[in-house]
Amino acid sequence: MSAGTARSAQRDTLGLVLTVISGLMMITGLYLALVFAPPAMNLQTAVERFTQRVLYFHVGAAWVGFFAFFITFAAGIGYLWRRSFFWDNLANASVEIGLTFMTMVLVTGSIWAKPTWNTWWTWSPRLTISAIGWLMYIGYLMLRSAIDNPARRARFAAVYGIVAFISVPINFMAIRWWRDIHPAVVASSSSEGTGGFDMSPNMTMTLMFCIAAFTVFYGTLLYHRMRLGKTQHEVETLKQEVLYR
Amino acid sequence: MPQNLSSSISSDSVIAHRPPQFSYLRKVGAIAGKDIAAELRTKEMMSAMFVFSLLVIFIFNFAFDLRTDNANTLAPGVLWVAIAFAGMLGLGRSFITERDRGSLEGLLLAPVDRSAIYFGKFLGNVLFISVVEVVILPLFIVFFNQPLDIIVPLSGVVVLGTIGFAGVGTLFSAMVIHTRARDVLLPIMLFPVVVPVLLSAVRLTAGILDKLPFEDVQNWLGLLVAFDLIFLAVSYMMFEYVVEE
Repeated sequence: MSAGTARSAQRDTLGLVLTVISGLMMITGLYLALVFAPPAMNLQTAVERFTQRVLYFHVGAAWVGFFAFFITFAAGIGYLWRRSFFWDNLANASVEIGLTFMTMVLVTGSIWAKPTWNTWWTWSPRLTISAIGWLMYIGYLMLRSAIDNPARRARFAAVYGIVAFISVPINFMAIRWWRDIHPAVVASSSSEGTGGFDMSPNMTMTLMFCIAAFTVFYGTLLYHRMRLGKTQHEVETLKQEVLYR
Repeated sequence: MPQNLSSSISSDSVIAHRPPQFSYLRKVGAIAGKDIAAELRTKEMMSAMFVFSLLVIFIFNFAFDLRTDNANTLAPGVLWVAIAFAGMLGLGRSFITERDRGSLEGLLLAPVDRSAIYFGKFLGNVLFISVVEVVILPLFIVFFNQPLDIIVPLSGVVVLGTIGFAGVGTLFSAMVIHTRARDVLLPIMLFPVVVPVLLSAVRLTAGILDKLPFEDVQNWLGLLVAFDLIFLAVSYMMFEYVVEE
């Protein structure tokens, strides 16, 4: 990622390797989730048993979504501390990817919820925090796009990324006190969740593999997005140089 | 950096010739006082906030066709939508007027700590919103047919909610003046972050209207106070990065 102007125009071996690895992992994950993992035993209908398989990608996407927002938070602190383009580039790239995965979480969650809970949407804590988080980072991108001065844009985005992420746990706590019917897949204290899973080893293995595959996929996208951001930055710098010569 | 320059000048040479040292609180008070004096001369923001919040209460009151059986369930939400929307109007104006009149640079050049500007602005915003609330609360009681004695506990909740709302709002207000969209962006940035304030304030208001015992709502009160403290501290730390130029 520290490639200079000359090298970024050359062939990108690391990017290619990352892309191939995450491609292979995603295909394997898809096979594990759809074929290898045993059907859920306790579910009544075929539709429920089949939609249960969305879990493997849903959890992976949710993990990546929140992890991406955490990276934006950390990159915001990094930017305010070091004031280098690298941190701003990282924060911006991570939000874009995080938002994509959050959208996927909301969509796959709805697909699963309809046959299982008999509703597309309910205001349960995890759903609500995902929706609020999604809106918050849409706001982040809108804020960025509304500021012309690059230094100010980076500074304000860092501040907003920090404030927004700090509000996530408080938001979650607040919403959790309303009520929770979301199944607790990863160990949690929510005993009232309905449709919870007691997973067999093969299912756990599939879930873990999918989470790993999504994380690698996130890293790959982040790498490419940051490379793009860097190129964009270089073009802008060159434009300035030509204009103000 | 300019603020280092100004602070070194003020601490070494200028203040030495001007014996009266102002305490931090007086500086905060002076900035809030300036805003109050400016507002008292025009009264444009307060009147807009007041009429707007009144309109929200009117419109909800007849749009939902509130009868005594459902008034108590909807009233807390209506009150807080009115306060949040009116507050948003006030917060949006807070820094925009400074920028439009060209007084922002003067404010930032004042020989005070940047945090004093934040707390001064914050205090002014809390006061403006509170004055609107003082008028709105009795009207709320009248239109929703509530007993008069709820006004004392309700005022406490309203003040705590306003502090949380204005704490982050003042920070974001200083950010949006530098964006192209200006105050259009403020609600998009602010509402997702202050969801815990609105949730806990609505729950506490509902608790007061339903005369619930204090134990039933005390964790909401704790959450509201915790949010206020955390976000005042975060905004105080972040404000310096927002106004540095």
